Amino acid sequence: MTLANAIVQGIFLGAFYAVLACGLSIMFGVMRIINLAHGDVAVLGAYLAFVVVEHTGASALVAFAAALPVMLALGYILQITVLERSLKAGLLTPLLATFGLSIVIQNVLLIVFSPDVRSLGPAAGALTSASWHVTSELSFSALGVVVLAVAIVVFGALQLFLSRTQAGWAMRATAEDADAAELVGINSRSVYARATAIAVGVAALGGLFLGIRSVFDPISGPTQLIFAFEAVVIGGMGSLWGTLLGGIALGLAQTLGAEIQPQFAVLAGHVLFLAVLIVRFGGGRLTLRVAR
Amino acid sequence: MKVERWTRTSKLFTGGSAVVALALASVPLIFDPDVVQKLTNLLILVILATMWNALAGYGGLVSVGQQAFIGIGAYGTVFFAGLGVSPYVAMLLAMVVAGALSVPISLFALRLRAAQFAIGMWVIAEVMSILVRLDKNLGAGTGISLIQMNQYDPNYRQAYTFWMALGFAVLFLTALFFLLRSPLGASLQAIRDDEDAARSLGVRVASRKRLLFVLAGFGCGAAGVLVVANTLFIEPGSVFSVQWSAYMIFMVLVGGLGTFEGPILGAILLFAIQTTFTQGGPWYLVGLGAGAAVFALVLPRGLWGVIEGRLGLRLLPVGYRVVSQETKTEKKAQVSA
Amino acid sequence: MTLLKVDGLDCRYGLLQAVRGVSFEVAQGEIVALIGANGAGKTTLLRAIAGAHRPHAGKVTFDGEDVTRVPAHQRVARGIALVPEGRRLFPSLTVEENLRVAVAGGRRGRWNEQTVLESFPLLQARRKLPAANLSGGEQQAVAIGRALMSNPSLLLLDEVSLGLAPVVVDAVYESLANVITEGATVVLVEQDLTRALRVAGRVICLLEGRVVLEGDARSLDRERVVNAYFGLRSRAAGGER
Repeated sequence: MTLANAIVQGIFLGAFYAVLACGLSIMFGVMRIINLAHGDVAVLGAYLAFVVVEHTGASALVAFAAALPVMLALGYILQITVLERSLKAGLLTPLLATFGLSIVIQNVLLIVFSPDVRSLGPAAGALTSASWHVTSELSFSALGVVVLAVAIVVFGALQLFLSRTQAGWAMRATAEDADAAELVGINSRSVYARATAIAVGVAALGGLFLGIRSVFDPISGPTQLIFAFEAVVIGGMGSLWGTLLGGIALGLAQTLGAEIQPQFAVLAGHVLFLAVLIVRFGGGRLTLRVAR
Repeated sequence: MKVERWTRTSKLFTGGSAVVALALASVPLIFDPDVVQKLTNLLILVILATMWNALAGYGGLVSVGQQAFIGIGAYGTVFFAGLGVSPYVAMLLAMVVAGALSVPISLFALRLRAAQFAIGMWVIAEVMSILVRLDKNLGAGTGISLIQMNQYDPNYRQAYTFWMALGFAVLFLTALFFLLRSPLGASLQAIRDDEDAARSLGVRVASRKRLLFVLAGFGCGAAGVLVVANTLFIEPGSVFSVQWSAYMIFMVLVGGLGTFEGPILGAILLFAIQTTFTQGGPWYLVGLGAGAAVFALVLPRGLWGVIEGRLGLRLLPVGYRVVSQETKTEKKAQVSA
Repeated sequence: MTLLKVDGLDCRYGLLQAVRGVSFEVAQGEIVALIGANGAGKTTLLRAIAGAHRPHAGKVTFDGEDVTRVPAHQRVARGIALVPEGRRLFPSLTVEENLRVAVAGGRRGRWNEQTVLESFPLLQARRKLPAANLSGGEQQAVAIGRALMSNPSLLLLDEVSLGLAPVVVDAVYESLANVITEGATVVLVEQDLTRALRVAGRVICLLEGRVVLEGDARSLDRERVVNAYFGLRSRAAGGER
């Protein structure tokens, strides 16, 4: 692969990571919770779409549309059983509870679906394989372009939601000062539920893309979580557009790392993530304070 | 009015613990090697639970990446043994290396906030896993055996490993015990209860946390050493697996976060579950995950916390008690530790 | 007509009791000043009335209905609005957004974004600025305006003079005077005794969570008020507390 191709693939891969990371970023921005089961939620979405495809032969997109309401309902249940409780408990509780949840989801999927890898590629038709050959060495995959476009639309829509709508302002207000928000008539419980719904919905979308671009199995969740978290951190926690850029940066790091040596791909991403953490939070004298 | 540390129960129990430790030392002389191997696993769990509790329960540090040190301990052993060092010496060396490496890691890791610390440690473990996979000398992805152990008769080898495990367990439990009883320990418990308040009182929170982090580095490294000594074969997928963190979290949450006795109870419980459900597989893992989540949300003090609360029982004297003489009866108000 | 009735209110923070057995009534159209030293329980009491603090015991009745268990955001819809201590604006939201986000109560009345901005003209030019960029006095104006957006029948003001220069406080109180129309019911917390006695019709003094003095602002002897404020025994009464 030439450098130009690696960069293009990196951006496409990064857009995928950004979609995965979006929900994580929202949940953190509004509730200060990092959902360690986020990757598993995405994989669950992929499995639900898979079930629809298996039983109805529908296309991946239609299957996703059918799976989405179920995912949103599950998200609501997640909110009232686990997340709301975690919010009131200590700082450690959300991490611990969502970690336990992650284990539960993975193993329930294992029991129901067996360890076999699955894919939504066959159900996505031309999208999976079509590509444009721009030059002899450079090609744009249809899927890559679609994911990038969707990522930009999703992030753009969320940004508009947060800056132009009543519900969006309410969400920002609750994120900044939940107590004061209550005092001006905002029901913070509803705001949190909405944030979780958005997070779960976009996570399911990430799961759909995961299923189309590659394969998945019950234990794919943690890997997606790590990539999503790395994207959020690289882009700056609490910044929505930052998450999009962070995802792209991560994707580029991985594809460029692969250029050096194929096995270096994931490692390059980890190194970038750790480097960003070191620079931002320092070790000893290297501390750079990040304005909040 | 007096402030006391020991109750009759805790005196009995501490004395009893020493007796138990001595009794355990005779296990390899009584039981078959399979049983000894299983009990070695129990000791590994006890060490891991105690160390994770030291981090989270006393330091407020939730790490989902302690398997990094388990891996360093395991692969360190293989590495040193490969250099020609006698296996059991290699094990001690590997543990020391794990502890030593935790120092530079701490300089960076401890500056991270909650979630970043948790996942940051996980990423560090993943990085180490990848680096091992790229190294053919360490068996790459397929794994490697500690063949140097073949020089020992299997029965003796199992016994030595068990005694080493027992030694480590006693070492780390005693270290934590004395740590908690020392003035350092009071500051650790202050950090656990309210970090900002502790800091405002002049407690050097950062160095206290570093101490716990390094202790956990040694401890998890020791556990890794024992894993390879006990099973003789390791591969990166299992030794660096986040599954270890799942076990640690379960043991400590269910046993009792922030209590001394809780993690031991949690380890015994996990061991019992693992032995009963030897078919293992997803069902029991669902139980573990659900159990951890439920305890985190509903019973944050864990089983031991409940027992302690109900019976007013304190087996090991890591806290203080205010004893007042009122007429003829003693009213004891326990200050929680 | 009694708009607000507080009955034996007991508010705690863990083991610390901040409000002990406080009872009083506020009639429609009254302006009541809650005074007392720091830590007397004034903010806690206001927050309990607004629904931001769950009382340990006691009752809050508003407009004839028991609202003790009603969450804060619903009390806004019923007509209680609190301007919190320290302003507590949403920093990244603009002045406009801070005002608009507060209409969730859905109550109709004199106040909307336009009328609020008209009442605080200095905010007109700053409408699109993030709240964090405003001066203390401007923030206080926004905070008051934000509370007004829900057209409350009971307005609670917690230390609007906190952290502001005296000149600025004068301006804030001047705006308040324009804003508090005839018939508005207000309970305000104010540390400045003189101002409190000037603005209010009735005064309630708290000390360590208890009501130690209550009376008409004009007719109360100032020395009595000061003694109650600081918990001093009155020389004249010889040991009365």
